[in-house]
Amino acid sequence: MNSREAIFASIRRSLAVHGDEAPRRFEVETRLKEAPPGVVPKRGQGDLPARLATFKAEAERAQASLAEISDWAGAPAEIARFLRENNCPATLRMGADPRLAAMPWSETALEILHGPSDGRDVNAVSAAFAAIAETGTLALVSGADNPTTLNFLPDNHIVVLTRDAILGDYESVFAKLRGAYGKGGAPRTLNFITGPSRSADIEQTLLLGAHGPRRLHIVIVG
Amino acid sequence: MSEVATSAHFKENVHEALTDARLQGALAFSRNFVGRRAAAVARLPEFDALRDSARAIKDHTLAHLDLYLEAYERKVRESGGEIHYAQDAEEARQIVIDLCQSMGAKSVTKGKSMIAEEIGLNHALEAAGIEPVETDLGEYIIQLRGETPSHIIAPAIHLTAKDVEQEFRKAHRDLPPDRSLAEPEQLLAEARQVLRAKFLAADVGITGANFLIAETGTSIIVTNEGNGDLTQILPQAHIVIASIEKVIPTLEDAAQLLRVLARSATGQDASVYTTLSTGPRRPSDPDGPRAYHVVILDNGRSTMLGGEFEDMLRCIRCGACMNHCPVYQAVGGHAYGWVYPGPMGAVLTPSLIGVAEGGQLPNASTFCGRCEAVCPVRIPLPNMMRHWREREFERRLSPAPLRYGLGFWAFFASRPTLYRLSADLAARALRFAGRGKGRFSWLPFAGGWTRYRDLAAPEGATFQSQWRARSGAVR
Repeated sequence: MNSREAIFASIRRSLAVHGDEAPRRFEVETRLKEAPPGVVPKRGQGDLPARLATFKAEAERAQASLAEISDWAGAPAEIARFLRENNCPATLRMGADPRLAAMPWSETALEILHGPSDGRDVNAVSAAFAAIAETGTLALVSGADNPTTLNFLPDNHIVVLTRDAILGDYESVFAKLRGAYGKGGAPRTLNFITGPSRSADIEQTLLLGAHGPRRLHIVIVG
Repeated sequence: MSEVATSAHFKENVHEALTDARLQGALAFSRNFVGRRAAAVARLPEFDALRDSARAIKDHTLAHLDLYLEAYERKVRESGGEIHYAQDAEEARQIVIDLCQSMGAKSVTKGKSMIAEEIGLNHALEAAGIEPVETDLGEYIIQLRGETPSHIIAPAIHLTAKDVEQEFRKAHRDLPPDRSLAEPEQLLAEARQVLRAKFLAADVGITGANFLIAETGTSIIVTNEGNGDLTQILPQAHIVIASIEKVIPTLEDAAQLLRVLARSATGQDASVYTTLSTGPRRPSDPDGPRAYHVVILDNGRSTMLGGEFEDMLRCIRCGACMNHCPVYQAVGGHAYGWVYPGPMGAVLTPSLIGVAEGGQLPNASTFCGRCEAVCPVRIPLPNMMRHWREREFERRLSPAPLRYGLGFWAFFASRPTLYRLSADLAARALRFAGRGKGRFSWLPFAGGWTRYRDLAAPEGATFQSQWRARSGAVR
């Protein structure tokens, strides 16, 4: 008997089952298929203006900074302003997301770099898959459009988010994920990000910028 | 068993901890957790309903664990990952070392993983000529000191900033001696710089998992630093090590558990990074690991199912029980002598390393019940510690004076008339003996009490006789 078989045999011995019971299998298959939601907090619920207000308040509680602009074309100017005001170098790395590519970057003095980060970038911009009002959380998915290294290696991470991508709760993001990747499918990495990186490991003192970005700036479009 | 356990010497450990002024100073910081958790809970009216939901999810999964593991395994393979099973610590270590060696790995970064601590992975990697680098700030600090974590979510909570500075000056050889490291910010910046180079150079990244999702074959890690993410996206391979009870059915179930986890652990509404990882990088992905392996560890857990300690398998490792435990707060985590401290450790340790080795830990409780009151998955920790005490007593592992003392007491307690008579007699005798001061600074057989405080002399009648007199008067 190999280890896998031994472990399954031990589990089944303890549970006093043999594993072929039809009602147990049916219950498990149903649960996996239907994925019933549990208790969903009221905090993130409401229409889009309500969700936007909650999202902003919660993201700021988590020490993210925020800006609102009316259309995608305005994003480069806002990002240039943020970098200037924080005395950051005028460079910016991004993936192949067509929404980012279509922006008028030439209107700014920013040097634009493309592709994943090798750890030498100070600034990066990503486009969010969705956001969660309940906790002020961004959802980003891996891929060529928005490489995951951009979420963690640069000192300053800027995330552009369309207003109507602000959903109420985690459950709504999972529904959107199933729409994009199919039921049971997933990108290699889904990052839920709530504020900039931090640590409280030394004397329980909360410090920003542990291993990931020191600043998280969210630009809401629409 | 991996790291050498000193749980059997709990009493000696406690004595050492209580007289360690430096440790007592550092432990004061851990008291911040209580207020933060309370504030986060107060902000979420649904918190208690979520705890019930979390408990139900874990109970349901444990009752169908074989089937959910099968479903999970299927999805891991479908997404291009590989899954390995280890019955014990030795086998898990070997699987990880074989994987690292097959990839020619020289350096391995590690996200914080209690399972890695449980199996003693770092020593095994070192012995195999592979450099393990802990990347969680707290874990990195204790790795430099050659220590084990003293808390499951704040591994270096027993240390002060001064201790950390000394450690960094010793370990970081090219650190200029005039560089100030007096502030926690400066210590963090130093660690960030040193570890950034390690992240970029690592051949393999090893993380634990807070949850494994059967629906999608996904592993979830929750961190605040981002170290677990750099650990898994930069090297060529990501190895996840997790125990069998980490599996849960669906993404929705994960959302329920995540809502109680962060609040119970650090008092945050959400941790900064909650990361869902599924398989290796896709063909069109420009970054991420090219290989994804999951090592599933049993190490005695499957035999806890269906028994009186099954509830312990609901544990999501938030640390709330130790943050609220008067014993943990007094002695810190190292006194518990193995990997898991506090109330959850007192229940889990005897299950994993045996009652002969860990049987003293369930006595490290005042039975105040705060651990159960704050547990996000409502584990009846005091009750389970009582089960262990019973077992320890039945197996004659308790110290002889305790066993004889209890036998002596039981002789009287099971004979109510004799008990009343002798208690009455003893109370009168003590009143007589203590009539001068009204208290005793020394009494035979009561040295454990009178060494630290006086024992008040009884006023004469026993509680029972007073109660009888009083209820007679009311009637």
